[in-house]
Amino acid sequence: MPVAHAVASGMNGLRAAGDLVARLEMARGMKLAEAKDYVAQRLGTSVADLADPLVMHEVRGELRLGRVFETETTYPDDPSPQEAKRNIAALLGLQIDGVGR
Amino acid sequence: MERRFITRLGDGSAVALTRGEIRAELEDGTQAAAARAKLPPLELDELEHLLDIFASAARFSAVDIGDEVVLSFDGTGTPQQGSRVNALLQYEQCLAADTCELYHIDYSYKAVKTVVGAEQQAMKEAQERVTIPVHYGAQPDLGRYSAPDGPCGNWAELLPQMRIDEAREAQEAAVELAVEDMVYVATAMWEAGADGIDFDTAGAGGDADFLATLLAVERLRAAHPGMGIMVGMSGELVLGTHGQLEYRGTRLAGLRPAGQLEVVQQAGATVFGPAVNVNTSRTVAWNIARALTFMKPCMAVARIPVHANVGMGVGGVPMNAFAPVDAISRCSRACVDVLRLDGL
Repeated sequence: MPVAHAVASGMNGLRAAGDLVARLEMARGMKLAEAKDYVAQRLGTSVADLADPLVMHEVRGELRLGRVFETETTYPDDPSPQEAKRNIAALLGLQIDGVGR
Repeated sequence: MERRFITRLGDGSAVALTRGEIRAELEDGTQAAAARAKLPPLELDELEHLLDIFASAARFSAVDIGDEVVLSFDGTGTPQQGSRVNALLQYEQCLAADTCELYHIDYSYKAVKTVVGAEQQAMKEAQERVTIPVHYGAQPDLGRYSAPDGPCGNWAELLPQMRIDEAREAQEAAVELAVEDMVYVATAMWEAGADGIDFDTAGAGGDADFLATLLAVERLRAAHPGMGIMVGMSGELVLGTHGQLEYRGTRLAGLRPAGQLEVVQQAGATVFGPAVNVNTSRTVAWNIARALTFMKPCMAVARIPVHANVGMGVGGVPMNAFAPVDAISRCSRACVDVLRLDGL
């Protein structure tokens, strides 16, 4: 079920910018278009790039926002989830209570 | 001989229909919802678009590039994935989820109340290991407060005995208890670091169940202005098991998705999830046309994101634990293309 939806219509979370857009929807009740615009503007990308895994993989790496990894592509210097979320909080102007516990 | 396309019934079984038969299913489905709820049916161009989606031999269907939406999940993880937090990590790394949800197998706020410390510990671990938002969710499940599981009278037994006043009193008492439990658990999980709280299948126990949810959301919003709160409904109609309950002057019994959204917004939630139940004897095409007709009015009044429920048995998706991807993907795409909503 989740795989089918993710492939059919999802922004694909950590593979792209889906989790960032999701945070704004949930935390601030932002509608999708507004949330996408906001995230794109903060990332310095276009809205179209937000669901592009190639673009977002590089952007997330540069901004240390956390990203997926596979056996062939490892990033031992990538941030921990806690550090990544601190960076996400600062980037999006959100308070993420799960950080720093 | 006219070409036939493999499509599905609401129980997931395959049937082969002609393009004309699929068109008839779509038209019948939207008219069924329109007549039942006095809503406008889907537009002709919307039905034609749905016909193109369903009268297709493709194994899979998807939205156009650029139309992707946020996918929020409830109850993420299965025992096959290892520990609960391992499962959340797999949703993040392998299943491309935008959010995930830590949950207890006894998916009820009343049940979680007794083990909330352990849930907080699990949330702490989850926040240390997972980057995507980790929500905490459970169900209001008002029935748990009725005898023999709870201290209140059993309105399911009282109503058939025509003991209406007693049944209403029992529900009102249950509402008070449920609100306390939901506020207690949600507060505890928020303090443990949850990125949001989900009230799943709100209204499953009728209008009293829905009222308890709204009152809990209202209190949580007042106490925690920054809390993300998602309210996911249980069906396209709030049943009047009490019949006289109101929220801020709105009678809850009989509310359809748009009306449900209005009161959920008033209470202070940040995401709303409409649910339309599947008729397992009808085709997925019929079911999705019906579901979209019920949900479409939400979009005109939504000030908060709308995440349609498209899981097992809702939103057109077959009522089957192993629903076929051809059906799921068509429903996923149909919801996004027609409703232009904020997520699923």
